Amino acid sequence: MRRVLAGGGGLLLSLFATFLGLLFVTFVIGRLMPIDPVLAAVGDRASVSTYNQVRAEMGLDRPLWHQFLIYAWKVLHGDFGMSILTARPVLEDLIRVFPATAELATVGIIIGVVLGIPLGVWSAVYRNSLLDHVMRVLGLVGYSVPIFWLGIMGLLIFYLELQWVGGPGRLDVYLDGEVPTVTGMIMVDSLLADDWEVFDNAFSHIILPASLLGYYSLAYVCRMTRSLMLEQLNQEYLITARVKGTPERRVVWRHAFGNIQVPLITVVALAFANILEGSVLTETVFAWPGIGRYITTALLSADMNAVLGGTIVVGLVYIGMNLLSDILYRIVDPRAR
Amino acid sequence: MTSKEIDLTGPSGLKAWLTTDTPGSGWQAACGRAYRGWRSFASNPLGLVGLAIVVLLLICAAFAPWIATTDPMAQDLALRLQPPSQAYWLGTDRMGRDTFSNLVYGSRVTLYIVALVLVIAAPIGLLVGSTAGYIGGRVDQILMRITDIFFSFPRLVLALAFVASLGPGLNNAIIAIALTAWPAYARVARAETLAVRRSDFISAIRAQGAGSWRIIFRHVMPLSLPSVIVRATLDMAGIILTAAGLGFLGLGAQPPTPEWGAMISVGRQNILDQWWVAAVPGVAIFVVSLGFNLLGDGLRDVLDPKMT
Repeated sequence: MRRVLAGGGGLLLSLFATFLGLLFVTFVIGRLMPIDPVLAAVGDRASVSTYNQVRAEMGLDRPLWHQFLIYAWKVLHGDFGMSILTARPVLEDLIRVFPATAELATVGIIIGVVLGIPLGVWSAVYRNSLLDHVMRVLGLVGYSVPIFWLGIMGLLIFYLELQWVGGPGRLDVYLDGEVPTVTGMIMVDSLLADDWEVFDNAFSHIILPASLLGYYSLAYVCRMTRSLMLEQLNQEYLITARVKGTPERRVVWRHAFGNIQVPLITVVALAFANILEGSVLTETVFAWPGIGRYITTALLSADMNAVLGGTIVVGLVYIGMNLLSDILYRIVDPRAR
Repeated sequence: MTSKEIDLTGPSGLKAWLTTDTPGSGWQAACGRAYRGWRSFASNPLGLVGLAIVVLLLICAAFAPWIATTDPMAQDLALRLQPPSQAYWLGTDRMGRDTFSNLVYGSRVTLYIVALVLVIAAPIGLLVGSTAGYIGGRVDQILMRITDIFFSFPRLVLALAFVASLGPGLNNAIIAIALTAWPAYARVARAETLAVRRSDFISAIRAQGAGSWRIIFRHVMPLSLPSVIVRATLDMAGIILTAAGLGFLGLGAQPPTPEWGAMISVGRQNILDQWWVAAVPGVAIFVVSLGFNLLGDGLRDVLDPKMT
């Protein structure tokens, strides 16, 4: 138990160091900007004394390390500054847009994992079969095709031509505000309100972008599952199991797959983190009002507080996923305790 | 050349010179090694396809003025949004510019991005990784912690944040991508360095009085280079996709520079009736990324058999 705690303490320490580093990088990025923030605030007709006063108020006359400490202190207290674009605190904006991304990413990762893991296992068991080759090609395509282009083409084919799915956005306009916001995830909210029309509509809107993100994580999850399984399938304990008359299905799913569950946790956590990255472009294409679109919209109007706030939140989720996979690792794998 | 001549030169000619067990010079040994590497690479058809695509890209970029059918910047509003035809092989965009010619010139932009990112990122990664791996201890911890911090960011988001503060533009996009690309090379270089730092030949060099930097630059880095090259080739598709994404968002190359991602963004405005304007540059990005991926896989099999 003590070792678990010691390991956990070291982990937390290293995570905190990573988080400080993340803050430092965003701090540097904020200072790289060629625009003088004081001048932007006071305008170029202000007198020198006003300029100096505002400069002192913004803390820009202090040494850089001091400025960084002020910045870190503010961020740790949830103060990301005001957004120029929405004229609201960035934190408020981020809380408002985050559920949309969480919903999209969750549906995406479900698609990726539910399909990716079995396909990866089968690709390993039936190595060099047709399925294995098809999955390899799908993976290669996934690593080579720009996701925003695939999104545009998907909208063209499945929305404009075939009309199988809903268009951009999370809901049709006439259903906006139909269900009360509880979690911010429309599919969950509509279930809570028992409003199946809204649920169906939300599903028709989410399915295309989520499938796209799911495809990318499927390619990754499947490839990793396959190579993890291949490692196990060559082990002697499987031969022993077979010799003892264990049915093949049990050998594969219980013995071999049972042993790759632990590393698979890390794979899934990484896939989830990658989906967040993919969501930046996907949300832009699908006008999905999530954190990715928030960042790109802010970018185009040079709204640095909003950009950096969004970057920090995405980085935090990344760190959080790493932490989560580490904790699960310790729980699931007795050797890591 | 007739077949008879080939038979005559066969056993004692170039091939024998290349495959001999007893090379007479370092140069001959290097050629022989390159030849065996090529033979092993050439036995992989997918790797060859990748190589062919990349060579095609190079040819397109080098001879763009001769391959393009029109001036890519030439606008003719009377001929806007034309479907593919004999005069305009892949149609025209909303400004009446020829898509095919833009695509051909766009290969220059793509190569420019990839080359510059690698020129910036690979040496940084190599230096950081080799130094961390060779010196070890506190230096290793600090350098790798910095690397981890960059890894803990999604690459595209970090590049976006950099571009946001540097301002949109092709060169800023390149700097931003390079700043997010080096950590991967640092990790590879460190792993390679750790594998050789305790070997006898390094000890021998040290015993002869070579300093740390000399050992790192002259003896460790050259050994890490092949792995970094493989990693970089596999990375090129990612670089191309990130650059295209930045271009698509309007943060990379600015119009009228014929950048493929920006071309998709322009074509998207007419997606309903003239879908090919947006479709064609996407196919180009896909083919080139695929080429680099296939080439990288092939190179990895040759240079780094232990990874397969």
